Amino acid sequence: MRAGWLHRTREARLGIAGRPATEVEPVLQVRMHGRGGQGVVSGAEMLSVAAFHEGRHAQAFPSFGSERMGAPVMAFCRIDDRPIRLREPVMAPDVLVIQDATLLHQVDLFNGLSPDGYVLLNSRQGYEALGLGDLMRRMRPERLLALPATDIALEHVGRAVPNVPLLGAFAALTGIVHLDSVVAAIRGKFAGRLAETNVAAVHAAYEQTRRLLETTHA
Amino acid sequence: MLKQIEGSRGIAEGVALCRPQVICAYPITPQTHIVEGLGEMVKTGELAACEFINVESEFAALSVAIGSSAAGVRTYTATSSQGLLFMAEAVYNASGLGLPIVMTIGNRAIGAPINIWNDHSDAMSMRDAGWIQLYAETNQEALDLHIQAFRLAEELSCPVMVCMDGFILTHAYERIEVPAQEDVDAYLPPFEPRQVLDPAEPVTIGAMVGPEAFTEVRYLAHHKQMRALDRIPQLAAEFAARFGRDSGGLIRPYRTEGAETIVVSLGSINGTVQEVVDEMRAEGVAIGSVGITSFRPFPLAALRETLAGAKRVVVLEKCLAVGLGGIVSDGVRKSLSGIQLNGYTVVAGLGGRAITRVSLRRLFDDALRDALAQVTFLDLNTDLIEHELEREANARRTGPTAEALLRRLGAVSARIG
Repeated sequence: MRAGWLHRTREARLGIAGRPATEVEPVLQVRMHGRGGQGVVSGAEMLSVAAFHEGRHAQAFPSFGSERMGAPVMAFCRIDDRPIRLREPVMAPDVLVIQDATLLHQVDLFNGLSPDGYVLLNSRQGYEALGLGDLMRRMRPERLLALPATDIALEHVGRAVPNVPLLGAFAALTGIVHLDSVVAAIRGKFAGRLAETNVAAVHAAYEQTRRLLETTHA
Repeated sequence: MLKQIEGSRGIAEGVALCRPQVICAYPITPQTHIVEGLGEMVKTGELAACEFINVESEFAALSVAIGSSAAGVRTYTATSSQGLLFMAEAVYNASGLGLPIVMTIGNRAIGAPINIWNDHSDAMSMRDAGWIQLYAETNQEALDLHIQAFRLAEELSCPVMVCMDGFILTHAYERIEVPAQEDVDAYLPPFEPRQVLDPAEPVTIGAMVGPEAFTEVRYLAHHKQMRALDRIPQLAAEFAARFGRDSGGLIRPYRTEGAETIVVSLGSINGTVQEVVDEMRAEGVAIGSVGITSFRPFPLAALRETLAGAKRVVVLEKCLAVGLGGIVSDGVRKSLSGIQLNGYTVVAGLGGRAITRVSLRRLFDDALRDALAQVTFLDLNTDLIEHELEREANARRTGPTAEALLRRLGAVSARIG
């Protein structure tokens, strides 16, 4: 089933010149967790736009909980080569993006996560330090990544909004979308200086993720 | 042009292509981003020759729409939930006067308790108000239905509600083909009103009508909707010929050939239902589904033709007639008058509860064994119900029910599905 996406190498998924392979793949599902104000919903929206730029069908929608600053928020994104009819929340994510590590003790974040899935965590600390050693042993460790996305956002955008850096890390870690497509999505969402600072943040996060992957999994 | 945009934004762009001349809306919750987008387009001049009027309430929104439509200009508004209830009196007036207003309903539940999320209670409360009601399955269809709605409304002099699921569609980003202006212009001619409030040629609209003609006025309203039963499929066919897409029509059968079990539903849940139908068909189960696009007028004959060969029909509805059960089921049963088959009503997705594939699969399996009750509440938390009933049986001053249920549940934010 979905594992088709996950079992292929990053290079194979991207195909030649960053274009996705053309054969029919099962739907890929992403679940993003964060808190109100962290741009979780726009993160999912921009991811869907990035996938759209690559000619894929994509669907992004928020969880239908109370939207208020600080409250736990979820957003979902599905990416497929065919039209997406399914409207349920993402129950079994292939990729989990956690924008706020304080949710680890409040929400059942890992519910339904595929053992072959990816986890992208916004944290200065590693998985072991956060008490996620069990998860590391259950999953493929090279698919788990922790990145200080809020720090990157503060440095480049000047606001504690980790969504854009995490999209850069998403591209570098999973190869499901190309960095250029993410940049195009950012430029569609923001204008002027805000676009430039966010583009700088996404590049920084992409490079930092690649360096992390090289040092950890070399 | 193909775009990846929020449903509400897509509808705003689609409505703008219809060249509305007056848009009025109350911009506070429960409103969607649709009128926000349109307001912006009017301000920037992208939508020219259109007046955007901010009003003080939903009652005023539709009242202004009635005025401008009666003055002979193409008029649009949008609302949902409590907002639709607040304009209820004007809803009946718009249809009673035969004014072709198009209004988007971003379907949401109705309180109390306060709940801003999706179900069909709002539009269903106005189902007999004399408006045509069309339900969209996707954001693409929602956009397309607006173009068809203006054409239908103005041809018949009858207002049309385009219903699209709140949040599930209005807040979802997906790809939408936004048509070219010249194609919309070719499909939708300028508004030629049957009646105009014009100081140069004064008329009265909305005079008192006593028992001598009131029945006839109502009969003619009914007659209009019966004519719409013919026009809706014709307009959909014409739309398909010009735009190359199947949108609208009365009903949308899916894999109903030889189906013993057919699931009937409205709106965006059709997509999830089709996924489950495919899964079960692959296992050799003779199951299919039908989406009802036109709920008013209700397509009795088309449904009868599609459902007559089945052994059982499951009507999945996002609304509840308290004290009866289904609302959609009522019409479906009428369509099957004289035909013996098992009919089940399933109330699902109330107040935004997710309808999952897993739950639908379990439900359809139960239906196949004819093990469903006449009325089923999908994923009902029976422990919670029993606990509350027991509490009420044992004490008098048990306090407010909704709050008691929430306390019993504990942290609700941790729930994913």
